[in-house]
Amino acid sequence: MTRIAITGGIVLDASGERRTDVVVDDATGRITTIGDGAQADRTLDAEGCHVVPGFVDLHAQLRQPGNEAAETVASGSRAAALGGFTAVVAMPNTTPCMDSAAVVSEVLDHARGALCEVKPSAAITVGQAGQTLSPIGELVDLGVRMFTDDGTGVQDAQMMRRALEYAGSMVTDEGGPVVLSQHCEVTALSQGGVMHEGAWSSRLGLAGQPAEAEELMVARDIALSRLTGVRVHLQHLSTAGSVALVRAAKAEGHPVTAEATPHHFSLTDAACASYDPVFKVYPPLRTAGDVEAIRNGLRDGTIDAIATDHAPHTPDSKELPFDKAPPGVLGLESAFALANTELDLPLADLVTLLSTSPARIAGLSDRHGGPIEVGRPANLAVVDLDHVWTIDRAQQASRSSNTPFHGREVRGKVRHTMYQGEPVVIDGMAVR
Amino acid sequence: MKHLLGIGELDRGELEQILDLAASFAEVQRRPIPKVPALRGKTVVLAFFEDSTRTRTSFDLAARRLSADVVNFSASSSSTNKGESLRDTVETIAAMGVDAVIVRHASSGAPHRIAAWTDASVINAGDGWHQHPTQALLDSYTMLERFGSLDGRKVAICGDIQHSRVARSNVEAFTKLGAEVVLIGPRTLLPPSLDGWPVKIEPDLDAVLPDLDAVYLLRIQQERLSQGLFPSIREYRARYGLTRSRAERLRSDALIMHPGPMNRGVEIDPEVAGDPRCVVLDQVSAGVPVRMAVLFRLLGPDAAAASIAAAAAEAEAASDGAGDTGEGQVG
Repeated sequence: MTRIAITGGIVLDASGERRTDVVVDDATGRITTIGDGAQADRTLDAEGCHVVPGFVDLHAQLRQPGNEAAETVASGSRAAALGGFTAVVAMPNTTPCMDSAAVVSEVLDHARGALCEVKPSAAITVGQAGQTLSPIGELVDLGVRMFTDDGTGVQDAQMMRRALEYAGSMVTDEGGPVVLSQHCEVTALSQGGVMHEGAWSSRLGLAGQPAEAEELMVARDIALSRLTGVRVHLQHLSTAGSVALVRAAKAEGHPVTAEATPHHFSLTDAACASYDPVFKVYPPLRTAGDVEAIRNGLRDGTIDAIATDHAPHTPDSKELPFDKAPPGVLGLESAFALANTELDLPLADLVTLLSTSPARIAGLSDRHGGPIEVGRPANLAVVDLDHVWTIDRAQQASRSSNTPFHGREVRGKVRHTMYQGEPVVIDGMAVR
Repeated sequence: MKHLLGIGELDRGELEQILDLAASFAEVQRRPIPKVPALRGKTVVLAFFEDSTRTRTSFDLAARRLSADVVNFSASSSSTNKGESLRDTVETIAAMGVDAVIVRHASSGAPHRIAAWTDASVINAGDGWHQHPTQALLDSYTMLERFGSLDGRKVAICGDIQHSRVARSNVEAFTKLGAEVVLIGPRTLLPPSLDGWPVKIEPDLDAVLPDLDAVYLLRIQQERLSQGLFPSIREYRARYGLTRSRAERLRSDALIMHPGPMNRGVEIDPEVAGDPRCVVLDQVSAGVPVRMAVLFRLLGPDAAAASIAAAAAEAEAASDGAGDTGEGQVG
C-alpha cells in the first residue's frame, strides 16, 4: 500500500471548494484523508491548481476492434487521461460493430490496464442498420448501460419507439437505468451533405446538411420520450433549433438529456473554406449563431454535458478531397482547455458539464463525477486554469493527429490525472 | 500570382490584365505558325481526375503553343482508383519535377488541397460544383470581344446554378468586370443560400428576356432529373429552355452562350443553337489564347509582373523565331 497525497491544491466539487490536501490509497483506489498534514509516501504537487472529479466523456471512438491504425483502447485511453478524463464511453461503431457480447467482451478485455475506465456502449440495432434490435438484455448483463447507433441514428420512428420501450424495461444490477443515446440526423434530408448547408456550402460548391435534418430527429425523439416515458440522450447538439427544442422539452418535464462537443462551441462552418477535411465532422460545424446557442445551452443547463465525439482518422484517410474524406475530429486531449477558454464559465460549472452530469447520464456516479470525499474512488483531475498553451497536432497521444485546433492558443491544462488511486498522468505526462 | 484556383482571388485589374494578354495571344494564333517559345523548358501536367476532352484539349494546345512540355495524367490510368490518397498521387507527380499542374477533379476544393501539397503552380480546370476560372475568363473574353466593355451589361445565367462550377466562376467574373447578373432557375437548382452573391434572382425567364445583353445557358444533366429536382425534361424546356419563340424576344445584338456540350432540345432549341447570336464556338476559340495567357502569367518570364506591353513584345519577337519548333504542334 502506497499513500499518495495531492498537496497544495484547491479541492472543488459540487459541494464547493476548499484549500486542502487529498490522500489516496493506491491499493484500494480510494480517498483516505481530506485535510492537511496527513502522512503519505508520495506527493503530487497541486500548488496553484484545482483538484476536481475526473472528467467523463459520453462519446469517444476508440476504433478497436477494426481500425487500430487510427486508435486503440490503449492509445485512446492515454489521450483521455491526458485530457483529465477518468472514464470514457466507447462508441460501438467499430469493425465489427459492438452489437454482440463477443465484441463488447473484446473491448472490455482491452480496457483492462487502460489509463482510464473504458465503458463500452453498444449498438441499438444489429450492425447499426436500423432493422433488428441488438441483444440488449445480454449486453446489459455484460455491463453496458448506453446504447446508440452513433454515426447514423435510428431512422425509423417505430424501431426507435420499440428500442426505448425495450431498453426502458431493463433491470440493472445497480438499479439504475439504461440509456439510449441518439445521433440526431434524418439521413433522407442530410443525404449527400458533407458540411452545414448555408452560405458557405453554397459558395464552396459543397453539398450541405440543413440544420433541420438534425432538428427533425431531436423533435421526434423528444416526442418518443414523451410517448414512452423513457429517457433519451441526444448526442452532439449542433444547432440553435436543437437547443431550443431541448430547452422546451425540459421545461415540460420530458426525460431528455443532451451533450455538445468542443468543436461545436468553438468552430464555425467558415473553417471549411480551406477545404481541409480536418474540419469535416458530422454533425457539421454550423454558423456563428448556432455556436452562440450551443454556448448558451451549456451555460443555462439545457445541455447537460460536454462530450468530445473524439474520432481519430489516419492521416492518409484525411488526405482526400473534402467530400471524400471521412468525418470526425480528435477531442479528448483538448476538451477541458477549450471549455475553459471558450465558455466563460466558472470551474464549478465546467466540472458539472465535464464530470458530474456525464457520470450520472452514463450510470457511473458511484465512482466518477465526485464528490471528493473520504471513501470515494480516487478518480481525479488536477487542472491549472491559468496555464496557456498551444494545441499541436504533432503532440497528440492519440494515434491520429486530426485535431481541428492545431495552432490554437488555449488556457487551462490538465496537470495530473488519477485513476482508481493511480497517478496515470503526472505533470502532463502519461505514465505509460 | 502562383496559382489560379478561382476567380475570387483576382481583382478587376488582374482579370483585365489576363484578358488583354489573351488578346495578344489570339493575335499569335492567327499567324501561319501559331507558336511562341515563351515557356520552352517548362513542364505542364494535365492531371484530369475527371474526364473532359474539351478542356483538356484546350489546355494541351495552349501549353504547346507556348512551347511547354505537356504530360498527360488521367485518373483512369492512375493509382487513384486503387485507394491511393490524393496527396500521394500529387506528390508522386510533383516528384518528377513539373512547373504546373492543371487539375480537373469531381470534388470541390481538390485543387486547393493539391496547391497545399506541391511547389508547382496549380491551375484549376474545374473542381466539382465550385470553380472553373478559365471558363469564366474565356466567357468574359468572348463578351468583351463583342461589347468592348461589360460595364452596365445585363447577363442572365439560366439553369442548374447549384451544381455548376461555371456559374460560380462566371457570377464573380462578370460582376467584377461591371456586368449585372441575374440568376434564373427553379429553387431546386439554385444554391441553398445566395448570401453575399452580387446577383438578382428572377424566377421567370420571360420577364427579363428583352432586357438582356447575354443569356448564358447551363447544361442540364440527366442525373438532376433522377434526383427529382424538376418534374421532366419537357417541363424544364417549357419553363427554362431557350426555345425559338423565346430567342425571338431577345434583342438582335444579344449573345446566346453555353459552356458546352449543349443538350439541344433541352436548355436550348436546335434552331437557337444555330442562331447567329449564339457564340458557343467563339467561346471555344477563346479558350486557347485565354489559357495561354493564364499559363504565361503563372510560368512566364517575369511572370509576377507580366504587362501587356511585355507580352506583346514577347509574342512579336517569338513569332519570328518560332519556325524551328513550330511543326506538328496543332491537333
